[in-house]
Amino acid sequence: MGIKTVAIYSDADARSLHVVLADEAVRVGPPPTDQSYLSIPAILKAIKETGAQAVHPGYGFLSENSHFVKSLEEAGVTFIGPGEKAMADLGDKIQSKIIAKNSGVNTIPGFNGVVKNTDHALEISRSIGYPIMLKASAGGGGKGMRIAWNDQEVIEGFKLASQESKSSFGDDRLLIEKYIDNPRHIEIQILADKFGNALYLPERECSIQRRNQKVIEEAPSVHLDSSTRKAMGEQAISLVKHVGYVSAGTVEFLVDSKRNFYFLEMNTRLQVEHPITEYITGLDLVEQMIRVAANQKLSMKQEDIKYKGWAIESRVYAEDPEKYLPSIGRLSKYIEPVSLTDKHEVRCDSGIVEGSEISIYYDPLICKLSTYGETRDEAIQIMGRALDSYVIKGVTHNIPLLREVIGSSRFKSGKISTKFLAEEYPGGFKGHLLKDGPLIELSSIAALIYAKRDVRNWCWKDSREGSSNRNVPNNWNLWVKIHNSNSKIETVNVRIERRSTALQHEDEYQVTVAGHPQTIINAQWPIESPLINAQLHGLNQLKKSVTVQYLDPLPVGFRIQYMGTKFDITVHNQRQHELSQFMIEKPKKDLSKVILSPMPGSVVSIAVNVGDIVNEGVEVAVVEAMKMQNVLRASRVGKVKKINVKPGSSVAAEEVLIEFEDDEQK
Amino acid sequence: MRAKAQLGGGLKRIETQHQKGKLTARERIELLLDPGSFNEYDTFVEHQCTDFGMDKNKVIGDGVVTGHGTINGRRIFTFSQDFTAFGGSLSKMHAQKICKIMDKAMLVGAPVVGLNDSGGARIQEGVDSLAGYADIFQKNVLSSGVVPQISLIMGPCAGGAVYSPALTDFTFMVRDTSYLFVTGPDVVKAVCNEDVTQEELGGANTHTVISGVAHAAFENDIEAIQRLRDFMDFLPLSNREQAPTRHSDDPTDRADPSLNHIIPVDSSKAYDMREIITRLIDDGYFFEIMPDYAKNIVIGFARMGGKTVSIIGNQPLVSSGVLDINSSVKAARFVRFCDAFNIPIITLVDVPGFLPGTAQEHNGIIRHGAKLLYAYAEATVPKITIITRKAYGGAYDVMSSKHLRGDFANPIPAAQRGYIDDIILPAATRKRIIEDLAVLTHKQLPLIYKKHDNCPL
Repeated sequence: MGIKTVAIYSDADARSLHVVLADEAVRVGPPPTDQSYLSIPAILKAIKETGAQAVHPGYGFLSENSHFVKSLEEAGVTFIGPGEKAMADLGDKIQSKIIAKNSGVNTIPGFNGVVKNTDHALEISRSIGYPIMLKASAGGGGKGMRIAWNDQEVIEGFKLASQESKSSFGDDRLLIEKYIDNPRHIEIQILADKFGNALYLPERECSIQRRNQKVIEEAPSVHLDSSTRKAMGEQAISLVKHVGYVSAGTVEFLVDSKRNFYFLEMNTRLQVEHPITEYITGLDLVEQMIRVAANQKLSMKQEDIKYKGWAIESRVYAEDPEKYLPSIGRLSKYIEPVSLTDKHEVRCDSGIVEGSEISIYYDPLICKLSTYGETRDEAIQIMGRALDSYVIKGVTHNIPLLREVIGSSRFKSGKISTKFLAEEYPGGFKGHLLKDGPLIELSSIAALIYAKRDVRNWCWKDSREGSSNRNVPNNWNLWVKIHNSNSKIETVNVRIERRSTALQHEDEYQVTVAGHPQTIINAQWPIESPLINAQLHGLNQLKKSVTVQYLDPLPVGFRIQYMGTKFDITVHNQRQHELSQFMIEKPKKDLSKVILSPMPGSVVSIAVNVGDIVNEGVEVAVVEAMKMQNVLRASRVGKVKKINVKPGSSVAAEEVLIEFEDDEQK
Repeated sequence: MRAKAQLGGGLKRIETQHQKGKLTARERIELLLDPGSFNEYDTFVEHQCTDFGMDKNKVIGDGVVTGHGTINGRRIFTFSQDFTAFGGSLSKMHAQKICKIMDKAMLVGAPVVGLNDSGGARIQEGVDSLAGYADIFQKNVLSSGVVPQISLIMGPCAGGAVYSPALTDFTFMVRDTSYLFVTGPDVVKAVCNEDVTQEELGGANTHTVISGVAHAAFENDIEAIQRLRDFMDFLPLSNREQAPTRHSDDPTDRADPSLNHIIPVDSSKAYDMREIITRLIDDGYFFEIMPDYAKNIVIGFARMGGKTVSIIGNQPLVSSGVLDINSSVKAARFVRFCDAFNIPIITLVDVPGFLPGTAQEHNGIIRHGAKLLYAYAEATVPKITIITRKAYGGAYDVMSSKHLRGDFANPIPAAQRGYIDDIILPAATRKRIIEDLAVLTHKQLPLIYKKHDNCPL
């Protein structure tokens, strides 16, 4: 657009990508957000110094702070976003619901009061509309809860729920509220100018969530039909017009299985997941926001809005995929999969490069990875390949979880809801479980890696005996031992033979696993580099392309990332395998006697003293990182022997914080 | 008879050996060498002792398997002590078998790898056994600097026996199953009235963390031997050869922009020197030596452009990378090994100086610090120095400075400079080192005749 840009940064971001890419960059303070990105005076100072005419607030930080908007207005600087009043009105959760209702937007119906009897229950249920949920007023834990889809079920449910409530809580009072079955989070992107024009763009579905935070989004949604889409869009527009909202914004809805939809809240800013809308509409939303802010009219009308294809976004976080604990560290290897295709089907919105530090100060989002396809299946398929090729080392990341969801049949079928992650991985995601075909596939690739490394080990230059390389091995009988995600070790016997001795990169291997069809594998792999693109073809099969990551060599094997999950693989030759039976499994360190820090961060408080006897489950310390507090609890009964840290101490992941006495002799 | 020789001390003792998680002498050799490459010497040798009824108690091979074979196609000589035969104890004939392969190794210029698993001297042979040790010690010393000598301790190694590994270039251990001590726990109890376990006295942890006697320890026999194979790939076969070059797919001109900012400008902030090392070398593959001892200095082998190099770096993460007695001695012996075997030395300097204090002075930091100074000054192999941040005081001179015949001394921009050649862009350090190594391939410095030097000890 020919507009010069100024980036602002805190000390923690001094070398970030946005700083490098901008025409000018201004430091606004030290890493803590209240002294930098949330400091209105510091930002106003930066505006003054550079003579900036307008501010785009991005998302997060001050993007929905009406006080900031007001400060800018007073300073005579344009805020690229909505006006102060619309932002303030819609930013308040209770207020925005009232405004929505007054604008004719569907809100979640409910009855604020105690249900008197069956007839009363029927009356309320009918007015709310089925399905409804009967809930014990004193309830909790699912007790005294009944869902009803019709009058009959209300009559039965009322009786049962009040009895259950009585016996569980000694209180038979019941409430009725709207039940939203299999709720989906579907949102409408709107654009409005200062001349009363507003239009809605195709929806985004953001149902894959953890802790109410979006993880995977897609546009459009498989769930909507054109009439629902239109109805949601029109309600969103009526809300926007009602408050005189301008710029880009998003109206979020919950949608049930029957496509009833209810207003959740409105985000008065650009959303993190805006790239997928840009993919399918071809619009640049930031450009539109800037044009609106510059008092231009929207150049298109509702009927001009067309969309094509399907787009998916995965939020790549620096966090463990099981418990969602943030991780910090330096990205020792970092390769984005942007060159996966040459048709711009992969987009990475990130601010980091190899060597960047993921710090404790900000959100652990590493990148928004978006892919585009003509169809949903194609977008999913490209996303799978992009996740497979995305190399991130140095911090723990959630690619294992993202890859698992993308590859799951339920996600492919589109039968998703906001409960997806909780339902699919009830105890937390433990990693991809290998079995059958994929187990054999990974074993075959592991054998190939072993063979290629072994051949390389014989490639000596200018050495007396190495120069002839006559006895370079060309066939191997290997025992591939994979540490599976259920802690079991899978052992697969793989025979592998090198078939051509032309160029090392292009050599071809024949793989035999008893009971399985023979496979020919060749692989593009500069040896020891992180990405391996293997081509597998069986006798009657089509060629299959598999990307795995070679993460680290291990003493007798290597660590491989396959289907998103890291697997430790030991590869033994025949003799090592025979003799491995005599190796003694060493006992693991007893971790029940110590409390370890689950993540790097700082100690907020210590709840025990040396000599205290604590019971299992008692809070012993609190550790904070990335604005998230984690309560650490004793895993058993014991006497505190030693406390290694004080409140305020910085701690590393796995650092021993508190030690317990050994058990006394019984 | 050949079949019987394969069984050493017999099936029952093999079973006992296995129950301890230990492999037999022959099994270990099978894992160490390329399949089918082993040529055994003296298979049928037996002891000649007739005292104490020993004439009726013989084991074919007499407790040690010797011979030669290849590791990834390169020749080595090896002996593997057989704990199933007389507890691996050393008899006159046992010693002679070992001496024979040491002689052959010197003759042809090939390394000697010893797999030690021995209860000590063959008590029934008395002074003959002690003479056997001395013969081996003498050959260890004569071989030193001529062919690499490596010891892997895979069982007990006590008393006089410990001095053979101590004379070799590198000593590795297997965790939980190997011990090295001059006198065992019983004698320690009797003489000093100290209660100590074998593990505490001379286990792998003791020698890799506290004493610095061992250079690395591995989890079990299979892992230890696999890692030993990987280690041997770094070494030239003898001092007559250049450091080996192996095929590598890692581009020699690979730039690494993250090196431009990994090192904090603020010299009070620490960083992990190993992170810098792994980013510079081929495939990030660093074989660290003594990783748990004197951690304020990092030493180890790596490849650059496929060719073996040695890396020595101050470690800002531990005591700010200060030089003290232990780190000086650790690095000094490593420098001398590399110089003896034509392995170029790359030194990464970020050193605040020598550690002050009475503890260091009274224990002889002058004498021990001089060892590192001596080693660097004496070395004639290519010496490339990268000053990553600071080089202060006497420690600046010691760490492979220009004044000690250093070939290239290149600070990166964060460095606070001394005598230097050029300032290099950190991202381009790898390319620069590989180019400098190429320039120095045929480096020659005349050696002045001397009987031998008088290195401070």
